[in-house]
Amino acid sequence: MTAPRLKEPQIPSGRTRHNAEKWSWVFMRISGPLLLVLIVTHLFVNLMTGDGINQIDFAFVAGKWASPLWKIWDFVMLVLAMLHGFNGMRLLINDYAHRAGLRKVLHALLGIATVVIIVLGSLVIWTFDPCLGTDPSLVPDFCKDLA
Amino acid sequence: MWMWVVHRVTGVAIFFFLLIHVLDTALVRVSPEAYNDVIGSYKTPIYGLIESGLVAAILLHAFNGLRIIAVDRSTWALRHQKQLVWAVWILFAVLMAPFLWRHLGHVFGGA
Repeated sequence: MTAPRLKEPQIPSGRTRHNAEKWSWVFMRISGPLLLVLIVTHLFVNLMTGDGINQIDFAFVAGKWASPLWKIWDFVMLVLAMLHGFNGMRLLINDYAHRAGLRKVLHALLGIATVVIIVLGSLVIWTFDPCLGTDPSLVPDFCKDLA
Repeated sequence: MWMWVVHRVTGVAIFFFLLIHVLDTALVRVSPEAYNDVIGSYKTPIYGLIESGLVAAILLHAFNGLRIIAVDRSTWALRHQKQLVWAVWILFAVLMAPFLWRHLGHVFGGA
């Protein structure tokens, strides 16, 4: 005996969601543990090793991003964290913004913020110039050889 | 129930920090001076305390997230979910203690 098949719930526009909420759940389950590893390592390397927060300046960032590994690391962390946060905030908006108009506005703001931050962050990582600026004391030593 | 509240509150806090953190890091594309200025203010005691709260939020959210996954996936974890809440807090405390020792040492001078 099989249970009767229910018609898929329809959203007002008539499009079907094709398990969108299931995929949102799967994404949270996969990105969560990945982000734990990415972020705890990020915090450990930047705040616990060396002089901790006191070591962080332009030259420190340039030193890290001289390695493609850290560029990819930070890029993956940026994208996963923003999408994970976007999805979490989307669910909170669904829970707490009861008026349809308000929900729409908040979802739109959230979407814009997410896209802007991912695009900006990606551009910063992939167009980074370690020898930027005019003060040689603020950039890594290898910039002298390039000048 | 309380862990559900903790998960939501820490999640929102981390999200807004993330927006700010990408914007401040983006200053490396403006000039070394602009970046060093802003990061310099993060090395002050008041920001040191805020950063500690932020790291606390991240660790709690992360370990509680693992607990949620475990409780969903295994009936053993479901039966022991109360003890797992304790495990989250113990793991949190065990990692926060050395973090605070070192980070606050850096921020307040000395170490």
